[in-house]
Amino acid sequence: MAVTLDQTIEHKQHTFLSRLLGNQTFWVVIAVVLACVFLSLSTDSFATAKNLYNITRNVTFVAIVALGMTFVIITGGIDLSVGSVLCLSSMVLAVTMHAGYSIELGILAAVATSLVIGAFNGILIAYLGFPSFVVTLGMLSIARSLAMVASNNTVVFQFGPDHDKLLALGGGAWLFGIANPVLYMIVLALLTGFVMRWTRFGRHIFAIGGNEQAAMLTGVPVKPIKVAVYMICALSAAIAGIIQTGWLGAVTTNIGTGMELQVIAAAVIGGANLAGGVGTAFGALVGAALIEVIRNSLGLLGINAFWQGTFIGGAIVLAVLFDRLRNIRQSD
Amino acid sequence: MAVLELINVSKHFGAIQAVNDVSFSLEPGEVVGLMGDNGAGKSTLVKMIAGNFRPSHGALRMDGGELVMHKPVDARRSGIEIVHQDLAICDNLTAAANVFLGREMRRGVWPFSVLDYASMYRRAGEIFIELKSETRPRDLVRKMSGGQRQAVAIARTMLSKAKIVLMDEPTAAISVRQVAEVLNLIRQLRDSGIAVVLISHRMPDVFDVADRVIVMRRGRKVADKVIAASSPEEVTGLITGAVEAA
Repeated sequence: MAVTLDQTIEHKQHTFLSRLLGNQTFWVVIAVVLACVFLSLSTDSFATAKNLYNITRNVTFVAIVALGMTFVIITGGIDLSVGSVLCLSSMVLAVTMHAGYSIELGILAAVATSLVIGAFNGILIAYLGFPSFVVTLGMLSIARSLAMVASNNTVVFQFGPDHDKLLALGGGAWLFGIANPVLYMIVLALLTGFVMRWTRFGRHIFAIGGNEQAAMLTGVPVKPIKVAVYMICALSAAIAGIIQTGWLGAVTTNIGTGMELQVIAAAVIGGANLAGGVGTAFGALVGAALIEVIRNSLGLLGINAFWQGTFIGGAIVLAVLFDRLRNIRQSD
Repeated sequence: MAVLELINVSKHFGAIQAVNDVSFSLEPGEVVGLMGDNGAGKSTLVKMIAGNFRPSHGALRMDGGELVMHKPVDARRSGIEIVHQDLAICDNLTAAANVFLGREMRRGVWPFSVLDYASMYRRAGEIFIELKSETRPRDLVRKMSGGQRQAVAIARTMLSKAKIVLMDEPTAAISVRQVAEVLNLIRQLRDSGIAVVLISHRMPDVFDVADRVIVMRRGRKVADKVIAASSPEEVTGLITGAVEAA
């Protein structure tokens, strides 16, 4: 029987169901849903409007940075500096506004700072061939130190004439009572998903992660794209920092400490592969959600907070285990 | 008329004379086997045709006009396509995505232009059918056989109207059955009027598919013969130096 062109083109390797069942992100979604159902039934305090408001808002900071981190991870890199960049951007925003400048100028300064840092990371990695781990490890130290220099290691909690605007930006709920940070997160996730699936840039970051040499040989502008990816990641940290500043109403030099690990965990739980070439925007959100639900539930169930790390660490290993099992089965 | 002519081309790197005064021409629809031991100057020669290096002396002519290339993109624009030895393929992408890598089709107007998946699947599917390869555009390359991967790499060369396809060791690391598949792909290219340069160490492949064989030794062309007038024994002798020239 002759196969027509249309049949060839339409042919897919897997049915929808088999693709779903083989998808790590799908299983993490199931885990999140099951956890939520279990907690709603076993505690009175989980499914309350206040708790859900808290959870959704807490998820956002890690989730927004995880979106940026996913770009970097897809290219096969890593950015350890996001927690410090978040801190430095927040501090630049706080110090600028504290000095009496407008919120617009403050945000501009914070965003510009992050882009400069991202470009610095990216240029060292793409053009000078530094390992991303080393460059961003250095930046982790540098950015936090600069934040201390900028603020003289004090807490900033007065943001000048636009103080209330900043607090409304991060702490308000402008639409249907959904916390503002959640709205930003949704918009950014949709934007990220669109860029990854529908643009040439998105296609190229996957190609770089899959086979950088091949991307280079086929004419993909590998180096500029890598720089852009680290700039996007730093920018996502700055956005999260600005929102978090508005929400907390104060900036200290230790916000975002250790955040890089949570962010990487969220991306990896959501299906991003540290070897490069794999990752989704939705996965980053789901990964962040699972971490937050675990944290929240331990508190509600009255389990000692010291167990938190064990459960989150277990979730990381378990999520990647699914992926390994599938690969082992395939290679047989 | 020759599609590509090399006229007294030499290339030296400092004191090292990698290619020394080589001339030959390629006709449309002709498969030329380029053979020689490691270090004989094959890859330097190929890199000059691919636009990676400029010749130190001599000139390249295409369709009768002088061809000056500064970088690989210039070669591609002039209709010279290369199938790299490691195929330059991304395992995590689909066949169609690999075929169009770096040359993605888009629809809509900037800044609202998006990847045109439907057209890319269709065009890739047409090329695979043209190549008589059972490769499906939506399949991930990771799960493909060596022959199918070759088809993907070769399909790239058919996106634009290539005149010359350079293939670097296309049969080096694949199974016997897949070698037959790749040789068929080469015949498909030849039949559509493309000149193919096949760089290979494998004598049987060259004698199976090529019309002509060019042998390099120590930077010089030592033979340029019609396949029918030569033999594997003679070519082996030419490569090693046991036969001086033919």
